[in-house]
Amino acid sequence: MTQKVAFLQGNEAAAQGALYAGCTFFAGYPITPSTEVAEVLSNELPKIGGKFIQMEDEIGAMAACLGASLTGAKVLTSTSGPGLSLKQELIGYGCIAEIPCVIINVMRGGPSTGMPTGPSQSDIMSAKWGTHGDHPAICLVPASVQETFEETVRAFSLAEKYRTPVMIMPDEIVAHMRERVVFPAPGELEVITRTAPSVPPEQYKPYDTSFGDVPPLAAFGSGYRFHVTGLNKAQDGFPTTKASLVQAEEERQVRKVDANIDDIVTFEEYCLEDAEVVVVAFGSTSRSVRYAINIAREQGIKVGMFRIKTIWPFPDKQIKALASRTKAFITPEMNLGMCTLEVERCAEGKAPVHGIFRVDGEPINPDQILAKIKEVK
Amino acid sequence: MAFNYENYLRPGKLPHIWCPGCGHGIVMKGLIRAMDTLKLDKSNTALVSGIGCASRLPGYIDCCTLHTAHGRGAAFATGVKMARPEMNVIMVGGDGDGTAIGGNHFIHACRRNINMTYIIMNNYIYGMTGGQFSPTTPTGHKASTTPYGNPDPNFDIAKLAIGAGASFVARGTAFHANQIDKLIVEAVQHKGFSVVEILDDCPTTYGRRNKFKSVVEMMNRLKDMTVPVKAAEKMTAEQLQGKVLTGILHKEDKPEYCEEYAKVINRAQAK
Repeated sequence: MTQKVAFLQGNEAAAQGALYAGCTFFAGYPITPSTEVAEVLSNELPKIGGKFIQMEDEIGAMAACLGASLTGAKVLTSTSGPGLSLKQELIGYGCIAEIPCVIINVMRGGPSTGMPTGPSQSDIMSAKWGTHGDHPAICLVPASVQETFEETVRAFSLAEKYRTPVMIMPDEIVAHMRERVVFPAPGELEVITRTAPSVPPEQYKPYDTSFGDVPPLAAFGSGYRFHVTGLNKAQDGFPTTKASLVQAEEERQVRKVDANIDDIVTFEEYCLEDAEVVVVAFGSTSRSVRYAINIAREQGIKVGMFRIKTIWPFPDKQIKALASRTKAFITPEMNLGMCTLEVERCAEGKAPVHGIFRVDGEPINPDQILAKIKEVK
Repeated sequence: MAFNYENYLRPGKLPHIWCPGCGHGIVMKGLIRAMDTLKLDKSNTALVSGIGCASRLPGYIDCCTLHTAHGRGAAFATGVKMARPEMNVIMVGGDGDGTAIGGNHFIHACRRNINMTYIIMNNYIYGMTGGQFSPTTPTGHKASTTPYGNPDPNFDIAKLAIGAGASFVARGTAFHANQIDKLIVEAVQHKGFSVVEILDDCPTTYGRRNKFKSVVEMMNRLKDMTVPVKAAEKMTAEQLQGKVLTGILHKEDKPEYCEEYAKVINRAQAK
């Protein structure tokens, strides 16, 4: 079989990744710089009998996705900063009601309207803390167009496997640059679909923990009748204020992710074997880092990169291990120090953390990174 | 033989949360009678709501029930219906949920004319939060946040729905209990977005602040302030002053959203 190869931008690759993963429903609202995801899927979904709907606002798009997911569909929405702020209300609903869904958020300058066409990496904390209350968070941060395809597929699998909203956050550079993409053959990438109930409808409970921390989810219209609410609920899905039940359910929702960090967290180690200085980076910034490291290595500087592919849950274990054998961390990011805080937390004072922050809508250049490497080596 | 509501109620979920004298229970019974008349398959029926007293209704009914976030019922329901058009989708909620925080979703569901029914229980107040004024609280009336009288003009929900493009709009009241199921039956049978506004009472947070002495007085007001559309045809403008029309207020044939999207699929696949 000949390989399917295309020259795509990140947003187009995300849409293609969604189709590969079996997405059959998209609801969205136009917003720069993520709109191409919606445009591609408005064209492609009806061809496979799927559904595309442009909703009246960002909240409505999130709501329609959650409603469609409850009928068994794999669902996607795409947005950017201001839209993410609006979607937060119902991302929380997805977390507590445990409804699988994927949210692509292309990171642009903020806060508020900010810089709609400028790149940024300043939404990562919104992915973790944006919706109120304790809740699980999974967020992927691809660095290339190919990776955006593959990570979108993985985002769907994680959402379905853990029955929770999953975000994928390319920065605007990754979303809009064009690169060669090799389409994986069907079956080449793992595609997971949620577990359907094995019990008959009269015995079904939507949050039945006798099946583990991720209870099977029945589809509306499949013969199973059950209740879904955004209130704290018992295993039967109905609201409860019973302290012991609420505590257990809240803890389980977060544990779904926390107990499976090794299954979820992915990263790349670049020239780390003998590195005395470790640059921790993600997204398009990691591309500048790689360039800077190559130059530094030619000059005999022992520097490497820990590239974060999954920002939430954070790769605590890996950063902690690096901290005990590293002279210094450098954390370049297109925000004012969000990932830096996490690296500092994991470094536990064992190694200093030097940030490079840019929020002017320009990428962080290799020169800036190289200068910092030389400064701290 | 008395009508048996048990078949549609979830065992063990009653008593409901509604106060004595609240009309929501009357509406729920009307909905159950309508579901029975229509012989709706419970497993193939989704009952969707937002947040508020009225939005607690789905929890009591034995079908696929979705109690969403404040105002978002129409948008969730749109996702359910789009993804599974063969399901019967019925939304319920109150006036604050549907016309304030959910106003945008409401008017756009009307505009799309997607085939579902929206039952709005209009009791003129935010009951669950203790009686703040809603977009339907009459001007001048008292609420916990309008201690000097409500300065806001109020929405006419039925007119709003008609203006936004709903193809079936009806209005009933909690007093006219026997009419509720008939309006809901017609609404569900109609192809397109159908809105049934039920004028309702909240004795606890609205009645006591606005000098209603009893639930009976509130119910009598619902009777006195309303005129059936048929009867109104024979009345003068003077006689209709201050009256609210009940019955089927609007009905038209218009393209239905899921059917239109099926055509999109056909066009995409023909290419």
